[in-house]
Order: sequence, then C-alpha cells, then structure tokens
Amino acid sequence: MSLTNQTVKERLQKHFEGQLGSFEEPYGMLSFEAPKELNLKIMQFLYDDEELRFQFLTDLTAVHYPHQPGRELAIVYHLHNLTDNLRIRFKVYTDIQKPDIFTATQLFSAANWMERETYDFFGVNFIGHPNLKRILNVDEMDYFPLRKEYPLEDQTRTDKDDEMFGRG
Amino acid sequence: MQEQHHIKLPEGSIEKSTTTLNLGPTHPATHGVFQNILELDGERIVSAEQTIGYIHRAFEKIAERRPLYQITPLTDRLNYCSSPINNMGWHLTCEKLLNVKTPKRVDYLRIIIMELARISDHLVCNSVVGVDSGAYTGFLYVMQYRELIYEIYEEVCGSRLTTNMGRIGGFERNFSNAAFEKLDRFLAEYPDVLKEFENLFNRNRIFMDRTMGTGGIGPERALNYGFTGPNLRAAGVDYDVRIHTPYSSYEDFDFNIPVGKTGDNYDRFLVRNQEMWESLKIIEQAYRKVKAFKGAEAEVFHADAPEYFLPPKDDVYTKMEALIWHFKIVMGEIEIPPGEVYQSVEGANGELGFYFISDGGRAPYRLHFRRPCFVYYQAYSELTKGSMLSDAVLTMSSLNLIAGEMDA
Repeated sequence: MSLTNQTVKERLQKHFEGQLGSFEEPYGMLSFEAPKELNLKIMQFLYDDEELRFQFLTDLTAVHYPHQPGRELAIVYHLHNLTDNLRIRFKVYTDIQKPDIFTATQLFSAANWMERETYDFFGVNFIGHPNLKRILNVDEMDYFPLRKEYPLEDQTRTDKDDEMFGRG
Repeated sequence: MQEQHHIKLPEGSIEKSTTTLNLGPTHPATHGVFQNILELDGERIVSAEQTIGYIHRAFEKIAERRPLYQITPLTDRLNYCSSPINNMGWHLTCEKLLNVKTPKRVDYLRIIIMELARISDHLVCNSVVGVDSGAYTGFLYVMQYRELIYEIYEEVCGSRLTTNMGRIGGFERNFSNAAFEKLDRFLAEYPDVLKEFENLFNRNRIFMDRTMGTGGIGPERALNYGFTGPNLRAAGVDYDVRIHTPYSSYEDFDFNIPVGKTGDNYDRFLVRNQEMWESLKIIEQAYRKVKAFKGAEAEVFHADAPEYFLPPKDDVYTKMEALIWHFKIVMGEIEIPPGEVYQSVEGANGELGFYFISDGGRAPYRLHFRRPCFVYYQAYSELTKGSMLSDAVLTMSSLNLIAGEMDA
C-alpha cells in the first residue's frame, strides 16, 4: 500500500531506461533531474501509473544559475500523491538562449498561472500554453526580473552620500 | 453636409449583445485589489478574466539579499489576516534547513498561536461572506473577538496585524501572564459567540438561498486546479497538511477534518465554521499541555540555537560570547548551510509552501512561496461562468482571497 521513494525511483528508472539522473533525497523528498524534452512524458507517466498516481501539482517554479552554460534555467516541479501522501520534486534544465519547455496545462489546470508566473519572472517559454503573458508585472516590462543579472542594491555599498539619507 | 462624429465607439460595440464590465481593481465589493473584466449577458456572466499583480512587491527578489530573520516581516505581508501562520511556516522552513530541534513547549505555544490565527482568518472570511449577502450584524459582532485575538498577539510579540512573531527556534520571549489571561477569556467567551454566529447564518433561509448551489466545484476539478485548505475540503477531499505532513507536533493532537460535499459557497462557509470549532479544541488541548510543564521546562520558550536565536539583552551587555552572537546575527553574518528544502504549513486558506534553496552565504539563493490563493484564484472564471453577477461577488469573498498573498 504505502509508496516509498525507493519504489518510485525504481519504477521511473525502469520506464525511462537511464534517461533520468541525479536521484537524491534532500530532507526526505525524492528529487531527480530529467532532460527537458521528457518533462511532460514524466508527468503523464507519474499521473497515469496505477501505483504512482502523482495527480496533484503542488508547485512549479524556476531557478536561475548563471554560471552553468547551456543549463542556466532549472524548472522545478513539485508533485504530490495525495492517496499515499508522498511528495517528489524534479527538475529540468534549459539553455537561457532558447528556454522552450512543454506546458503542463493540459494535465493540470493549476499549471496555467504557475507557468505564467515563471514566464513573467524568468522568461521560460512554455510551448502550447493557452495564454502565456505576464501576470504579476506590468505588460510593458522588457526583462525578466528574477534572473540573477538584475541584482538588488548592495547594502554594503559605500558610495552613497549619507547626508542625503539623514545619516550624515 | 458631412455628419460629425464626436464619440468614437470601438467597431462592433453597438451590435454586440453582451456588456463588458470592469469589476475592480478598487471596488467596495471586492475586499482588496482584484480586477475582473466580466462579459455579461444581462446579469449572467459569460466569461471573467482576472487581472492580478496590483500590489506585487517582489518579495522573492528582495529575499535573495536578506538574512533569514529579515525575511520574516516579508511573510507577514502575504496573508495578512493570519500572519503568525506565515511567520511560523517560515521559521519551520529555516529550522528544517538548519536542523534545529524545537522543544515541545515551543511547538505547543506555536500551535496555540497558529490556531488563533486560523480562527481570526476564518472569522473575517465568513463574516464578510455574510456582509456580501446583506447581513452586516455578524461581522460587527465577531470583530470584537478578532480584536481579542489581536490583543493576545500584542501580548506575545508587541504587534497586531503584521506580527513578525517568533524567531528561528521559538519565541523572542516567554508568554506573559496577561497573554494567558486573555487566552482564558477567549476560550471562555468565544464558544458562545461562535454558536450565536452560526445561529445567525447556518439555517437562515435567505443566506442559504444566496449561497447554496453558487460557485460550486467538484473534487476532481478542485484537485486539478490545485485547490487546498477549506476550499478543497468543501469539495469533499480530506487533505490537510496538519494531518498529512504534521509539523510543530500536530501529531500529538486529537481533532477532526470537516469536509463538505458540493464545494459551493454554503459548504465553504460551513467547513470554515466547523474548522473554528476544531481549532478551539486544539487550542484547549495545547493549553492543557503547556500548563502541564513543571519546573525549568515550564520556562522554555526557544530552542538551543545560539547561531540563530538572539541572546537576552542582559547577556549582550555583560558577556563577551553573547555580544558576539548578537552582533553576528544582527549584521546577518551567519552562514547558512547549503541545501534545498520544501516545507509547507496549513495556512488559513490552504497549503502555504516555502521552497528554499541555499548555496551557503548569508541569504537564500532562491526562495519561492507557494501561495494557496494564487493557485486557486485561476478557477474563478470557471466557478462563476453562467452565474449571476451578485453571486460572483459572493463567490469571491467565500474563496478567501487575500490580495497580498496572491501578488506576493
């Protein structure tokens, strides 16, 4: 009855024959990495499989790693099997020059806004998304603010004129 | 002579049989900054398109430069109707990453506060559903008890709405006697109030007619839309983070998870009311457990984590060690260990998740909030399709949407 990380891992490895890697269990949650073309196939397999039944999309977001050429953007999916109460996480990496990923909106209605948010902040292009436009930022914005090349102001900087800030 | 046209109408706007109505961003019926562009056929809604982001404040970006304890005030401003839950969710996330074990007394005190926050949140939501259906009395009446809950917060941490309550490892100070006295008063008086509030609404013919069968959603659609919290339970799915992945010793408590059937506005209302009763039960149990601690254990209010917990002020002035820790914590010079963690808590309107990636250093590398109402608000156009405009207003308030949380 109870599903374990080990079972999920074995099922996935058997079905996808060595295309998945970096299986880890940080703080007890099974997480792995997949090629970006497979993201939808993996979710569909996890959704449909009678034993796995990961049918709840908890979270979808992205992370920017500017120092990994060719795999700068990681798109992170958190899935939840509510019946056996198991969570897993998987990541797909993509080139920032061509950040094209298949959309999960056909499988999960919840992915609609999550993907719009990810597009808004990281510029990930979800192929097949019904309405991929900015959601939280203004439509006229021409950059993707959560990428690391837009740093917040450094709080240790010394070139500010303190007098202008009432600290002189 | 050529006819003069002073008013230029968009093409096709006269022939069109439906009306476009801009509901919001500021409208007395929306309780927050929500904009909906509605397409109306008479008074029936053909389609609704939501625009959100009016109060986006870039918390995820700001968090990438802040030491952990400075992120707590950001979490206050997510769901500001129940900020202590957000604060504690964030502290639990940090504790998981930093491997800090909290003593039982801290867990129980946290549970008291979190359940009080849940009550105050549900109270606002349910009484506002009443206001939107024309019953103002309930709202004014129960506000007194939200006020009492805020007074308890004030005794515990000094502030009321955006609480910034607690520290990594526990609370900044022990609960005062005044806090416990106010809690006693709350536990003694509140059940009658809630009973009366229920008498006002639950079997009220007008209220039932307004709310039953409007804004309903089935369990499959609700799950597919990522619903969590009372809205999902009203649709009949008994998913609750407090049971599924217990945190802060929720496994020590005995309580029920109320579920609804139809997922409509009436069921959502009933589920919230019932949850308030369950929260009261939890608070009573936790309070008994807190009172059962004797001797030195009865004074514990934080974990032993000197790297993250500010030392007492007396020690800072007199002891070298404490001064060093104080300085390092305040300046944010503590290195966070690298790691990746997802921690969620049962917020008042659903599963509030924190996805925290650290690469060492003083601030998170990336912090993402899984905000429940951001996820489920996208179902709004499906929920209101074909319903009357006045029902759509009610559906909005009964979903418990908080603009601050949605826009992060």
